[in-house]
Amino acid sequence: MSNATLVSTTVNGDPVQFACPTDESLMTALRNRVGLTGVKEGCGTGDCGACSVTLDGSLVCACLVLGVEAEGREVTTVEGLSQDGELHVLQQKFIDHAALQCGICTPGFLVAAKTLLDRNPNPDETEIRYALAGNLCRCTGYDKIVRAVQDAAKDMRKANKKRR
Amino acid sequence: MRYATPASAKEAAGMLSKEKGAAFLLAGGTDLLVKLKMGMVEPDLVVDIKRIPKIDQIQTSAKGFVIGAAVSGSMIGQHKGLRAAWPGVVEAANLIGSDQIQGRATLVGNLCNASPAADSVPAMIAAGAKAVIVGPQKKRTVPVEKVVQGPGKTCLGKGEVIEAITLPKPEARTGDAYLRFIPRTEMDIAVVGVAISLKLERGIVKKAKVALGAVAPTAVVVPGAARALVGSKLDEAALEKLAAACSAACNPIDDKRGTVEYRIRVAGVLAKRAAKIAFQRAGGAL
Repeated sequence: MSNATLVSTTVNGDPVQFACPTDESLMTALRNRVGLTGVKEGCGTGDCGACSVTLDGSLVCACLVLGVEAEGREVTTVEGLSQDGELHVLQQKFIDHAALQCGICTPGFLVAAKTLLDRNPNPDETEIRYALAGNLCRCTGYDKIVRAVQDAAKDMRKANKKRR
Repeated sequence: MRYATPASAKEAAGMLSKEKGAAFLLAGGTDLLVKLKMGMVEPDLVVDIKRIPKIDQIQTSAKGFVIGAAVSGSMIGQHKGLRAAWPGVVEAANLIGSDQIQGRATLVGNLCNASPAADSVPAMIAAGAKAVIVGPQKKRTVPVEKVVQGPGKTCLGKGEVIEAITLPKPEARTGDAYLRFIPRTEMDIAVVGVAISLKLERGIVKKAKVALGAVAPTAVVVPGAARALVGSKLDEAALEKLAAACSAACNPIDDKRGTVEYRIRVAGVLAKRAAKIAFQRAGGAL
């Protein structure tokens, strides 16, 4: 590998180092060098959202970030959603509502939905549809996905109340 | 491809000006990385400005706002002061792309990409925004309407970098608004965009600035449209004159999103609606 740069970053809370060419996207680096294949490649040009991750808490398309830009930053992928082997509520609700078929878009939807609910615990349907407009699904359609997010939001609000 | 992270805008300008090969500036990357992927550009050097101190911050002072070149759309949308002062600029910036794009895309990138349909550009122009340009030798400040010179063309010389956008502190009873038409509800490119900023005095429009997007090779300032509003209470006659002036200022293209005739007509319709929103935001009663 010519011209590789060493990148030290944090992925899903763990310190991670990888070496990648300067023109390699964060999406490719996460998939091929860190082994996080939950980051999917749909379009590679920021239109479909399948590669959605958070970078320092901001929702981004990993295909529109260079791997070298992750130096010193914090990255979260779909693999960071489940805790101690337990699925995140959103993941469970996607299963319960059959909100996926082929599954390529699902990780991106989950990361985008999690970012939405962190910011707005009680979004209405329109808010959910706008927040997920950057994620394209070509088989299930969006109704089940929206319902899964609404249901997850409800459970998450309940859990938060209990915690208080 | 070499990748550099300068510590100041001046250092970035020096790197870009000295580079003999193809050099590109990287902020949000939502245009550059697409061009890279499509093979439209083959950079020898990419200069990432995001490690420059304060470049990812919105600073507020008595004079107004300084929005760093790496401030993302979502940061703009979350800034209460900016939302209160220039809601039209904020709504225009937030219309660009998805939440994922908002996480990275910047005002300066939208400006320097120099698309005729850039949403934030007419809004910045109407609000009196300026670009702070740092070159290898000197610094200059240029009104936003002077930056774009044609599709994909800016006034920036070799090595020049826009480090920030400034917005003035709005005068009392000022309101601005941006509306665009797209065939979908989101995630599309403007067919027509209209930005209006106006100031009221005793319920009457005292000053106005109107800028159109996506209807000419660059965003257009329409002084005749502003004149139609000044002195009025936004009555129907003034709105008709505004619409006529906006339609007359259009020099659009035909494409799959809209015909020439359609764009010309919609420019007038949107201008009337944007004027009403700006008027109400300025405290006017319709």
